[in-house]
Amino acid sequence: MTEHSLAKTIFGRLTWESFPVHEPILLTTFVVVLLLGLGIIGAVTRYRLWGYLWKEWFTTVDHKKIGIMYMILGIIMLLRGFADALMMRLQQAIAFAPNEGYLPAHHYDQIFTAHGTIMIFFVAIPLIVGIVNFVMPLQIGARDVAFPFLNSLSFWLTAAGAILVMTSLFVGEFARTGWLSYAPLAELDYSPDTGVDYYLWALQIAGVGTTLSAINMVATIIKMRAPGMTMMKMPVFCWTALCSNVLAIAIFPALTAAFFLLMLDRYVGTNFFTNDLGGAPMMYWNMVWIWGHPEVYVLVLPAFGIYSEIVSTFTGKRLFGYSSMVYATVVITILSYLVWLHHFFTMGAGPSVNSFFGIATMVISIPTGAKIFNWLFTMYRGDIRFELPMMWVVAFMITFVIGGMTGVLLAIPPADFVLHNSLFLVTHFHNVIIGGVVFGLFAAMVYWFPKAFGFKLDPFWGKVAFWGWVIGYWVAWMPLYFPGLMGVTRRVRYFHDPALQPWFVVAFIGALIILVGILGFVMSIVMGFVKRRQLADTTGDPWDGRTLEWSTSSPPPPYNFAFTPMVHDLDAWYDMKVRGYERPAQGFRPIHMPRNTGAGVILSGLALVLGFAMVWYMWWLAALSFVGLLAVAIGHTFNMKRDYYIPAEEVARTESKRLPLAAAEA
Amino acid sequence: MSSTDTHMDPALHSHGDTHGHGSRRGYRIGTVLAILLTFLPFWLVMSGVLQDRQTTAILIFAMALIQIVVHVVCFLHLDTRSEGGWTLLAFLFTAVIVVLTIGGSIWIMYHLNTNMMPMPDMGAPPQ
Repeated sequence: MTEHSLAKTIFGRLTWESFPVHEPILLTTFVVVLLLGLGIIGAVTRYRLWGYLWKEWFTTVDHKKIGIMYMILGIIMLLRGFADALMMRLQQAIAFAPNEGYLPAHHYDQIFTAHGTIMIFFVAIPLIVGIVNFVMPLQIGARDVAFPFLNSLSFWLTAAGAILVMTSLFVGEFARTGWLSYAPLAELDYSPDTGVDYYLWALQIAGVGTTLSAINMVATIIKMRAPGMTMMKMPVFCWTALCSNVLAIAIFPALTAAFFLLMLDRYVGTNFFTNDLGGAPMMYWNMVWIWGHPEVYVLVLPAFGIYSEIVSTFTGKRLFGYSSMVYATVVITILSYLVWLHHFFTMGAGPSVNSFFGIATMVISIPTGAKIFNWLFTMYRGDIRFELPMMWVVAFMITFVIGGMTGVLLAIPPADFVLHNSLFLVTHFHNVIIGGVVFGLFAAMVYWFPKAFGFKLDPFWGKVAFWGWVIGYWVAWMPLYFPGLMGVTRRVRYFHDPALQPWFVVAFIGALIILVGILGFVMSIVMGFVKRRQLADTTGDPWDGRTLEWSTSSPPPPYNFAFTPMVHDLDAWYDMKVRGYERPAQGFRPIHMPRNTGAGVILSGLALVLGFAMVWYMWWLAALSFVGLLAVAIGHTFNMKRDYYIPAEEVARTESKRLPLAAAEA
Repeated sequence: MSSTDTHMDPALHSHGDTHGHGSRRGYRIGTVLAILLTFLPFWLVMSGVLQDRQTTAILIFAMALIQIVVHVVCFLHLDTRSEGGWTLLAFLFTAVIVVLTIGGSIWIMYHLNTNMMPMPDMGAPPQ
């Protein structure tokens, strides 16, 4: 008995039963992950890379390396989220009476929750933040972000959240409450296990990272633009990044507060969102969607910026209607705060509330439509080069417009009463998020990859990735609008009506085609690396670009620009090329740079331990890691060795390495 | 080049900080206004000059809002010049968002509460 209580004090509710050894799917996954992990650790040790990784990557405060690490995190989590998607698709394709399918309800519910949570919080957000991190400072002619250490901390907090979600796969279980963990289902009475706690702690830790990162990006854009770059001479991508991060700063506190109140309900027995004792579960929905709707625009605005940059570059023209693009972005930013109720039209608000939010939702399609026309008019009579990034843009325009139109349809409250909670809705948001955000991210990765690594991605495999994703998307999702319209609800594990089966078989085939696209993308990186000499970018400007990031070498030196560029016009680099810009070969000066620090990794590691301890009720460990967090955070403020100077000679050496190549091409 | 030179170099540090700075006069006006706007609501309630409770409540809220503006302008030096106008813009944006989310939430929750919350006799067995 005492032994039992001792174990309980030390391990909380973690017991041998918490490990899912009896579930063959999880066990196999665990073994594969374990072998892969051991292989990677072995290889890193074998080639003595730990020191290199720690010094050059883990502790870095360089915005380019942090951006790349965000991208790696996002792509790894994309593989996990997509594996969940395939499992769901297979289950839905075979689970027709009398076949029960292969996933028990208990497991299936965790998969759809994990899929949504991971795809938004640990795929879309890291990829968007990563692109902004890498590209934006280069585009405004800065040497780093405003707060380099904060940037490192933001990344590692996001990574800690991702690790906590992945831990739930093998220790305990994940939430079964849907991707936003609606109360009252997420309350202790209905979800007593660790799932919702994993969800809450992972998202709280990652959410702190996202908020800090947003503050950092806004400060960078406002304070660190190159001389001459007024707001209206700033590249559209930076404008969209600014608006997206302003949105993020304003909305993430709402989510954090909602989660915090739910945590209080679960841990200390308050009744904010319970059914009884005066709790209001509807308030949880309200707060979560105050975050949730603008979050869609946090993701899609930078994607719009990416499309703008690519369209302008690959048509060889200045973007059509630059200022209307900027105003449309700002209008979307404000309007996105006025529509959150459309996620719960059916919860019981009266006609006045529903019509207000319905109309506000429809109004958003006007600035968005203006953007589509701007891109089309940029292409009109342009000298279009259909290289991979441009192909993604065209695929986006065709796909996204349909998603936008079904969105306007759903914005009509009476239609929403019929369509809410159906596959029509699920298809709509996959249509806008895959067609809008994911296609944009792939376009961005193909477009800026040579800038980051000095060689282009392999074009053949890049096309495989493109066609796999685009065809796969259309096959997997477009047909599902129809069963959705007929009333098939979301999150269903098992169907009685065999007439529906063909729709789900087609959807599964589509998912397999997307798998080809994902593998094609991985192959395009691998083959790009293999053929890196052939695909090398020696000029720094492989696409005949127009913005400042193409004026520096590929990959850029740690200090980005030896001399801070002077900006005279929108499309600053194009302007410099037209005026016969020559890169200075002498007169270099020492460059002031931030110094690497491990504090971000250590703080995030402690936050991860704190999250894990709280999930399993290991109070002593939670207290210990919390004290540790405070101690390290305060200790770091006494670290005065924050900066260093790159000597002028070293700058001259780095720059001269580029010069012969530039001379050769001239 | 010594490191002090580098620190002084405007080309390396072109941040252009322009923080607002308060004047003695601004603080004086602010203090008087803040005291007045605190005192008046107390006086309204304690003396009960206005018979109508609703009018009193509205007046108190109005003075609280003015109080916010006084603090922000006189003590936090919010004006059109500081940080090139960004401080004012950020403040106005925050005000808009706060009004939208809190006002919207009150409106929505009022509706939901009226239409959807359980009635006292809901748990009772049907007669």
